[in-house]
Amino acid sequence: MLKRICLCLLMSLCCLPLALQAQAPATVDEKLKVLEESAKAAQSAGDNAWMLVSCALVLFMTGPGLALFYGGLVRRKNVLATMMHSFALMALVTILWALVGYSLAFSEGNPFVGGFQYAFLHGVGTAPNVDYAPTIPHLTFMAFQLMFAIITPALISGAYAERMKFSTMLVYTTLWMLVVYFPMAHMVWGKGGLLNAALGGRIPCLDFAGGTVVHITSGVSALVAALVLGPRAGYREEPMKPHNLVLSVIGACMLWFGWFGFNAGSALNASGLASSAFVATHFGAAAAAAGWLLAEWWRNGKASMLGGISGCVAGLVAITPASGFVQPMPALLIGFLAGMFCFFMVTFVKMKLGYDDALDAFGVHGAGGTLGALLTGIFAVSAVNPILKSATGATLPSGLIDGNAAQLGNQAIGVLIAITLGAAGSFVCLKIAGALCGLRPNAEEEESGLDLSMHGEEGYNLDA
Amino acid sequence: MKKIEAVIQPFKLEDVKNALKAIGIDGMTITEVRGHGRQKGHKEVYRGQEYQVDLLPKMKLELIVASARVEEVVQTLSQAARTGKIGDGKIFISTVEEAIRIRNDERGEAAL
Repeated sequence: MLKRICLCLLMSLCCLPLALQAQAPATVDEKLKVLEESAKAAQSAGDNAWMLVSCALVLFMTGPGLALFYGGLVRRKNVLATMMHSFALMALVTILWALVGYSLAFSEGNPFVGGFQYAFLHGVGTAPNVDYAPTIPHLTFMAFQLMFAIITPALISGAYAERMKFSTMLVYTTLWMLVVYFPMAHMVWGKGGLLNAALGGRIPCLDFAGGTVVHITSGVSALVAALVLGPRAGYREEPMKPHNLVLSVIGACMLWFGWFGFNAGSALNASGLASSAFVATHFGAAAAAAGWLLAEWWRNGKASMLGGISGCVAGLVAITPASGFVQPMPALLIGFLAGMFCFFMVTFVKMKLGYDDALDAFGVHGAGGTLGALLTGIFAVSAVNPILKSATGATLPSGLIDGNAAQLGNQAIGVLIAITLGAAGSFVCLKIAGALCGLRPNAEEEESGLDLSMHGEEGYNLDA
Repeated sequence: MKKIEAVIQPFKLEDVKNALKAIGIDGMTITEVRGHGRQKGHKEVYRGQEYQVDLLPKMKLELIVASARVEEVVQTLSQAARTGKIGDGKIFISTVEEAIRIRNDERGEAAL
């Protein structure tokens, strides 16, 4: 469609000299204005089409992507409860976002959190919000950000899998969104946010699609949750093998697929930047899968399926903050390093320290996100994305290899804020939710399986 | 009447069923079980967590036969199930007090 419109415009432009000979100059100006408007409208249509698809892709990452990925990794008796964590949040977070969440994250307020200007989505319509995404409807931008808000708390469920009460999870997540996510999203992406590189933050932090906002906050919150809840009953004594790795493989591939919307969609248009982010994302995933598999092959003698999918997710996490700032070759390197680093975190560090991060939310998202955020400070180049501007509007170098070594410091600050907010916020929200509802199911409920005790169902009734 | 209980390798089930059918033994009950004798298990690794899997999948057959036919059935079964390697399985024989056909109340060896 876009090609046809461009072709028409080109042909019209070729007819212009003929028109010039026959008419007065004022009409030419008018014609040019009409042409400009048409070109803009065409670009907007292309941008909005891509962005709406990206919204759907990111939601797909949560359901069924994450639901399947996590669901397959737990024991059979908890498969539905685990999938429910992802699915229920698709409903809960949407409502929170619509009522106050979008406003608290993206309306103007102070450097740490927004205000209530957009509460109940007041003022959010089809006209673009020129600060955030000038070529697409404001509604599209809001919807896109909503999908990020949904998946972030769903990631945390990997740490408390198989031992969290459902009611408590809902209360905890509601509080966590208010205390951690909305402020963090505001700081990095909201207008006037402390860390906003594009919209005048005092400490510009380069985070294209949410390495700090999504992965570090959720990963660190996950670790705290794992520590506060304590390990699953029988941890390290009873076998707790993934009951259906087939589901996890399917889920992981859906995550890879959907991540194109997550990263390339964060360009907020269908431009060359989206292409660049798309390629970086894919390269990061592929290299990380290779990295983890190589590390595993060397260490255990066999390259496992679980290792492959864990690796690719680690790479996708690490490339998330970098995707719109780095070139393809650095993307490969970032992915490869993430694959090996997260393998080390999950298989060695977790064993050593003994915490029960059931599905490695911290080992993959917390650790991978931190590594990615820091590497972004090294490999970001303004040639890919001229995001840092001087007071006069000149483009400034982005990362270390671009000539801006100081960016690493800003990245570190962003990382530290995410870690602190995630850790403290998660702790406080857990304590409150626990006081209201009780944190863990009792021993009997946990033993019989959360599918039965929390939801009154069984995942597989194969004899039915 | 005797009960013949055999624990065999799952992939030998077809051979055993066919061999028993060939000597006129049609009725049997089969269950999927797990177990081991001297056969070693295997190691599985999930994200660095190692699991030693010792309980191996096997097939258990239960047949009730007339006392006179026991030796013939045991020989047929054994030969069909044998591979010669550790893990082939075992056969146990016990005495059965009574057998009743539910459909028409027949008793004893006539019910087999």
